[in-house]
Amino acid sequence: MEIDELIATANRIRRRDLQAVFDAGAGHIGGEMSVIDILTTLYFHTMNIDPSIPLSPNRDRLVLSKGHTACALYVTLAEKGFIPKEEISTFLKPHSRLNGHPNRVKVPGVETNTGPLGHGLPVSVGMAKAAKLDNASWRTFVITGDGEMQEGSNWEAIMCAAHLQLDNLTLIIDHNKLQQGASLADTNNVAPLVPKLAAFGWAVEEVDGHDMAQLRMALDADAITIGKPKCIIAHTHKGHPISFMSDNVMWHHGVPNAEQYNSAMAELLEAAQ
Amino acid sequence: MNAPVDMTNLHDCRDAFSKTLEALAGANDDIVTVCNDSVGSSKMSGFREKFPQRLINVGIAEQNMVGVAAGLANGGKIPFVCCASPFLTGRALEQIKADVAYSQTNVKLCGISSGLAYGDLGPTHHSIEDFAWIRALPNITIVAPTDSTETAAATRWAAHHDGAVFLRLSRVGVPDILPENHRFVAGKADRLNEGDDVTIIANGVLTHRALLAAQLLSQRGISARVLNMATVRPIDSGEIIAAAEETGAIITCEEHTVFGGLGSAVAEVVVQSCPVPMKFLGVPGIFAPTGSANFLLDEFGMSPQGIADSATVLMKKRASA
Ligand SMILES: Cc1ncc(C[n+]2csc(CCOP(=O)(O)OP(=O)(O)O)c2C)c(N)n1
Ligand SMILES: [Mg+2]
Repeated sequence: MEIDELIATANRIRRRDLQAVFDAGAGHIGGEMSVIDILTTLYFHTMNIDPSIPLSPNRDRLVLSKGHTACALYVTLAEKGFIPKEEISTFLKPHSRLNGHPNRVKVPGVETNTGPLGHGLPVSVGMAKAAKLDNASWRTFVITGDGEMQEGSNWEAIMCAAHLQLDNLTLIIDHNKLQQGASLADTNNVAPLVPKLAAFGWAVEEVDGHDMAQLRMALDADAITIGKPKCIIAHTHKGHPISFMSDNVMWHHGVPNAEQYNSAMAELLEAAQ
Repeated sequence: MNAPVDMTNLHDCRDAFSKTLEALAGANDDIVTVCNDSVGSSKMSGFREKFPQRLINVGIAEQNMVGVAAGLANGGKIPFVCCASPFLTGRALEQIKADVAYSQTNVKLCGISSGLAYGDLGPTHHSIEDFAWIRALPNITIVAPTDSTETAAATRWAAHHDGAVFLRLSRVGVPDILPENHRFVAGKADRLNEGDDVTIIANGVLTHRALLAAQLLSQRGISARVLNMATVRPIDSGEIIAAAEETGAIITCEEHTVFGGLGSAVAEVVVQSCPVPMKFLGVPGIFAPTGSANFLLDEFGMSPQGIADSATVLMKKRASA
């Protein structure tokens, strides 16, 4: 997809996400806005996937380990054709298959159920190893939050992936510098991430996580280092690009009131021009 | 019948918990809290303001959190671990087993927003296995308070008790049902309604529903005993045996899977001492569909009406046996 189209798609996904969170009165809008450019690049540029065959054995895999931003994934899957767009209006409603965290048993396109942080990367290591065992060319992508990197399970998986030389595995860390209640720096600062991942034997690259041209290049297959798993540190802003949400921890799971909703929507519409 | 349950004023018991803990910490410098990026969700901002050095936020790292708490206890502190119940009990279960239960450390495990409290966030966030998991471990007293009064009383008790405690707390609004001067006694059930036709046993966010069910049953001419079984381990076997002998049928209501929780704990006493027909109400061994906590409780037959209907069915079954 051309860059202009990617940007327009991400903007549409942001608007639908904002509306879904507003209608449902719940969601994790900050982390959704920060991850949408990453999701859009993966689904509309990088990944080899076919919504009409969601379980095709050779599909690329995407694991959204920061499962609390499920709404962004649902909207992306709908935009791509995995689920009907109308279904987004059932988000969080009784008996909807779209609950607050993604469920692979119910939602086509979801690869593993996430919600407790620190689960997606180990599962992704298993996926990547399975592809290696089969000499298959499909790739595995996993997105974690930066606060999520405080979970020890991630570091066990990081060691394991390097040891197994899983160059078909790409970890994208949504590095928005905020977690649930405060900044990473004020909680348990796992940053700087680059030297840590490099010391653990990964190929590491830093990008602006809202610049889809950079994301596209970093995610491309020819950017792989043979024999090493890859980590993309995507520098992002929680709540981006909505002015009053951006970089404000209040919007981790804040829900906009009508006035805030209208002004956020107006900003997104203006950006779409 | 006791005074009717007043549903006009509902309280989030986290408020009583945090207020009580702050007061306790004011009087005892050894009380500390350990969090996992859960300062807001366990309402610990006030504690942090008053005692910034004594709130240890380890970040999103629950296994480390429980290990650190055990070490703090070893150093003479009284750590209150404040963490969403699913991640506290599920993620750190082995730390709870080895570092707390087996090592007999004085750690207070406070499972915040337990049961179905997280509602539409889905099954990963439901903590409906925690009674079963923690009940299987020696040396931990398990308490699921039912209202603000009992939450405050149980928190005070936990601070003074020398030993590990699992305090299972909710955020779902509940009415005040216990008198203000209520004294919490670990291991003792409260008989909140006298009755001799059937007994309803509940705790946590379900006790007031059990009382409302008893009101409906009394309109049907059935006198239902209601027990608030806040302590799940050690369980009050005396009160359970009395219920079996004197009312002849027992319904349990729990915000938990029916496998291994309150119903199972009660049944373990009943079948070994005084077998009578029982009905277990709870989550029927499935991952819950999307919905709020109160919606799901109703859905699983635990509306006051649903509980009363189950009691009626159970009594018919007993009559025809
Ligand atoms: C094991 C576990 N512990 C705690 C939580 C509660 N929780 C949900 S989101 C979140 C903060 C996540 O921060 P980060 O990973 O930085 O995500 P983002 O900033 O992208 O939203 C926390 C603590 C959880 N979901 N799982
Ligand atoms: Mg973050």
